[in-house]
Amino acid sequence: MTTLLEVKDLKTRFYTQDGVVHAVNGISYTLDEGSTLGIVGESGCGKSVSVLSAMRLIPEPPGKIVGGQVLFEGEDLLKMSMDEIRHVRGNKIAMIFQDPMTSLNPVLTIGRQVEEALELHMGMSRSQARQRAIELLQMVGIPQAEDRIDDYPHQFSGGMRQRVMIAMALSCNPQILIADEPTTALDVTIQAQIIDLVKRLRDEIGMAVIWITHDLGIIAGLAEKVIVMYAGFIVEEAPVKELYSNPRHPYTIGLLGSLPRLDARKSHRLVSIEGLPPDLIDLPPGCPFAPRCAYVIDRCLEENPSLEAVGSNSHRIACWVDVKTAPKT
Amino acid sequence: MTEDNILVRVEHLKKYFPITRGIVFQRQIGAVKAVDDISFDIRRGETLGLVGESGCGKSTTGRTILQLYRPTAGAVYFEGQDLAKMKGEQLRRMRRKMQMIFQDPYASLNPRMTVGNIVGEPLEVHGVASGKERYERVQELLQLVGLNPYFINRYPHEFSGGQRQRIGVARALALNPSFIVCDEPISALDVSIQAQVVNLLEDLQAEFKLTYLFIAHDLSMVRHISDRVAVMYLGKIMELTSRDELYNNPLHPYTQALLSAVPIPDPVVEETRRRIILEGDVPSPANPPAGCNFCTRCPRILEICHDEEPEFKEVGPDHWVACHLIA
Repeated sequence: MTTLLEVKDLKTRFYTQDGVVHAVNGISYTLDEGSTLGIVGESGCGKSVSVLSAMRLIPEPPGKIVGGQVLFEGEDLLKMSMDEIRHVRGNKIAMIFQDPMTSLNPVLTIGRQVEEALELHMGMSRSQARQRAIELLQMVGIPQAEDRIDDYPHQFSGGMRQRVMIAMALSCNPQILIADEPTTALDVTIQAQIIDLVKRLRDEIGMAVIWITHDLGIIAGLAEKVIVMYAGFIVEEAPVKELYSNPRHPYTIGLLGSLPRLDARKSHRLVSIEGLPPDLIDLPPGCPFAPRCAYVIDRCLEENPSLEAVGSNSHRIACWVDVKTAPKT
Repeated sequence: MTEDNILVRVEHLKKYFPITRGIVFQRQIGAVKAVDDISFDIRRGETLGLVGESGCGKSTTGRTILQLYRPTAGAVYFEGQDLAKMKGEQLRRMRRKMQMIFQDPYASLNPRMTVGNIVGEPLEVHGVASGKERYERVQELLQLVGLNPYFINRYPHEFSGGQRQRIGVARALALNPSFIVCDEPISALDVSIQAQVVNLLEDLQAEFKLTYLFIAHDLSMVRHISDRVAVMYLGKIMELTSRDELYNNPLHPYTQALLSAVPIPDPVVEETRRRIILEGDVPSPANPPAGCNFCTRCPRILEICHDEEPEFKEVGPDHWVACHLIA
């Protein structure tokens, strides 16, 4: 499989009045053609900022991408001019966001907003664009699309709005769809509808998907490769089955343990990770997870481990300790 | 099940919110039927989980039980006395025994009050403790919920979400209540913090023999914490039974769809699962469909479902369902 997108040593900071926020601290990963990558982490771990940086959607100032490369079709997105990147965004790489209400313009009709991308990127005429917009709305499962195309966003429910966002994102046949917690604001039955829709479209169009979420449950049924982030670092990366059956980083183990499972035979006490994530303005010198880690050793407090392969090449962790043999401290 | 074991009995509870038109001369043109004729018991010492999608009336149910909203009709018996008929001082005295933990720990704590004043306010209001006594009791409560007692003079903004929720729990415990309504207490928190708060709630329940009504939309968490679970849809209870029975033998098509929609954090299990994808959205509670409330989305609909509302009845030992499919 060929690599579609390669992120190398990406670093993003925010310069605020309180100090420098180290939001993304040198992360690298690749996305293969037609594959699905899951990025998991808790709020503030840098999962959204990392893809927003790659898309150059970070407000500057206060944000600044201070290092790294994002290679797409052999070109570095970080070095492109604003005109060039605009040609990539929405056209070859599309995004959907968490809150479909704030991502849609409330004073424009749904149709106008879908048509806009078609006219801009595909060079369609107004009537062509309208025809295509109706098709797209039908494709994402909006009933009576011909009538509803002239409605405004407030006339749609949350799930329907997210469908509109997906229709807009897919309007230019992108090669990559970046989904930033698209179902977090939705109910579980609607979430199932949206996930089902994205899976179906992914397989039909053959696009690659980056799905950002805090929900390890969603990722389990969706992604092929998973990245776990903590405090702006990647702490573990593995194929999906490997990650759930054989997690190697203490943070991943803790996260999986803290989730109650619907199919649990017996209910046992949840494993909680004590303490709080670190302050990104004042990161500890060693491993960022060390203060909360159950396996911490002296070295963790002084030196931050880099992401290294364990076992197979595709499974990488950033940890000094082998949790299989190490004692809990 | 003897009467003594029942702490809260809800009978035909209704809460309608009026829809009005006009500014000076308001007239009612309709009603949002947030809670529409529900009945159930909460047993002493148990956790009753109440699940449903947003807008199904689960929070309104919790608030109406505590008389934060006065019911439109029906009765709420707490230790045998009907709260819906009480008012004034009599109701205020009952409130000591029943407390609430709110969803949003950012909005439910007054930003201008110190933690000591927030947690100590119920003690003051109910004349339980003041001065040094109050101070000591607050410190004790903070310790109980896993916060440092030195934090007593800090303000809410100095705490993280999980810590704030602990403050909310301490406030709810201040008066030694027997019943606590937990209204989505963890849905605003991160995964690793959720487990901390849930474990705390479980520990406190064991220590003080608390009874919880645990309102949530996360079915995995409800399965973890509850003894019995009630599933709500559009103002009505669709199914109510013990935790294991509900998850192993769900009878109502809505429960089945809801359970199948929850992702399980295991790729091997996910590969083999079949999802029941419900079409469409929840109808507006201002204009619910005729017949069964679920008839617009039900995958196994019968003719009768459009005309007649199914009765909520016991179909097995302690297993209640409102559905025409189950005779």
